[in-house]
Amino acid sequence: MQDFTAAFRAALDLVFRMDADLMEIVGLSLLVSGAAVTLACVIGFPLGAALGAGRFAGRMPLLVLVNAAMGLPPVVVGLTLYLLLSRAGPLGPLDLLYTPTAMILAQTVLVTPIVAAITAQIVADLSEEYRDLFATMGMRRTAQAATLMWDGRFALTTAVLAGAGRALAEVGAVVIVGGNIDHVTRVMTTAIALETSRGALELALGLGLILLTLSLGINAALMGVRAAARRLSDG
Amino acid sequence: MVEPDRLIRLAHTRPTLTQHPPVRIADLYLQRGGQYILRDITANLGLSDVTAIMGPNGAGKTQLLRLIAGLGQPDSGTIKFAWPDAPEKHRIALVFQRPVLLRRSALANLTHALAQYGVTRTRRTARAMELLDFGGLTDRANIPARALSGGEQQRLTLVRALGAAPDLLLLDEPTSNLDPRSTAAIEALIQRATAQGVRVILVTHDIGQARRLAKDILFLQDGQVAEHSPAPQFFDTPTSAQAAAYLRGELYL
Repeated sequence: MQDFTAAFRAALDLVFRMDADLMEIVGLSLLVSGAAVTLACVIGFPLGAALGAGRFAGRMPLLVLVNAAMGLPPVVVGLTLYLLLSRAGPLGPLDLLYTPTAMILAQTVLVTPIVAAITAQIVADLSEEYRDLFATMGMRRTAQAATLMWDGRFALTTAVLAGAGRALAEVGAVVIVGGNIDHVTRVMTTAIALETSRGALELALGLGLILLTLSLGINAALMGVRAAARRLSDG
Repeated sequence: MVEPDRLIRLAHTRPTLTQHPPVRIADLYLQRGGQYILRDITANLGLSDVTAIMGPNGAGKTQLLRLIAGLGQPDSGTIKFAWPDAPEKHRIALVFQRPVLLRRSALANLTHALAQYGVTRTRRTARAMELLDFGGLTDRANIPARALSGGEQQRLTLVRALGAAPDLLLLDEPTSNLDPRSTAAIEALIQRATAQGVRVILVTHDIGQARRLAKDILFLQDGQVAEHSPAPQFFDTPTSAQAAAYLRGELYL
């Protein structure tokens, strides 16, 4: 217990004096996860809108696939990407293995289904409500999709924040394709795993505290956005 | 208050309307779940300012209105319009029983609709303000539409429909959930629209409202036309037993 208390104090000390190593790790984590979530939104929003409001052959199987992919095991994604990016793999010449780019790719694969599936659900609900209105206005599909995305914009932040939560907390995929290389590909989750196994609890706890704070911050932001949505759009 | 003729294209400028019934329905059948919702409907509608479609629940009133609006296809039969040159969709506007409003301000709901109706970006806001003025909603322009009262929401959907400059306005029980004051406001808007030449087909359960607004009544019972008469005749000497019982407030089973 004394060890834990001492480690906790040391961790707080690292956080409050903004230890350079710690900040570097936090910075890279935010960069990788931020980029992955941005890419996932670029892919997931239109994909989700098409799945939610579109009527095309193969829509249902694709929807099932996207929903199932929300639960993709990160280590499997990591392993698959590893095989693709390794020197012998088809993407080997790109020389991306053990780089932040590879980690961004891995997290994008994990987050995109979450963004797409939540978007599809939100858009489908709104589409059902607006269907007759759109029909009487003679709106084209693209105009309908734009209207649905705009009206669902506050609800869609749920998709973004859920994706961000997944990206920040993920460890299995990034450790395989990133390698947890100090000053290169070390992010919060991989560093926590490594430092804990080495017995360096101060840094692990410090990073854990920051990760928890970010998680709480994301949830607080989610609640704030929902409240704003009710106030600004639903009345 | 702006002149309504700036808001609504005059239907009577179309010579075809004076020569043909605006809506000609012939031998219409509609099935759902193996049962006929509408059977052998043949009627000319829109010959007067306001045609009311009346009848008990399940008579097929709303389904008929939806078919006229193009929301669905009949199993057989035809619905033809007086505009032989392939009527544009926007010449017919529909107001639903329950207001369907976007999650935006009242003004933004109108500018969005006007964009769909082809009004140029530079004119949209001014025209939307005219419509708000027409509906007595100017001071509600920036309020989220879904935060308006029920009566205000329905007035907003009505002026949104009028923004399409329709020749034919279809109203599905637009005042069924409203108090008398809000009902009066909606009826006043309908009368102002008809004064400018817009033809209205109104589904209503409200006998008083039909008396106040309608010039002819199409009475449906069990998916069939039980009676189609001029309003005074319908209310004074209904020819069908179903309509007579309905008007007396009796249950016709």
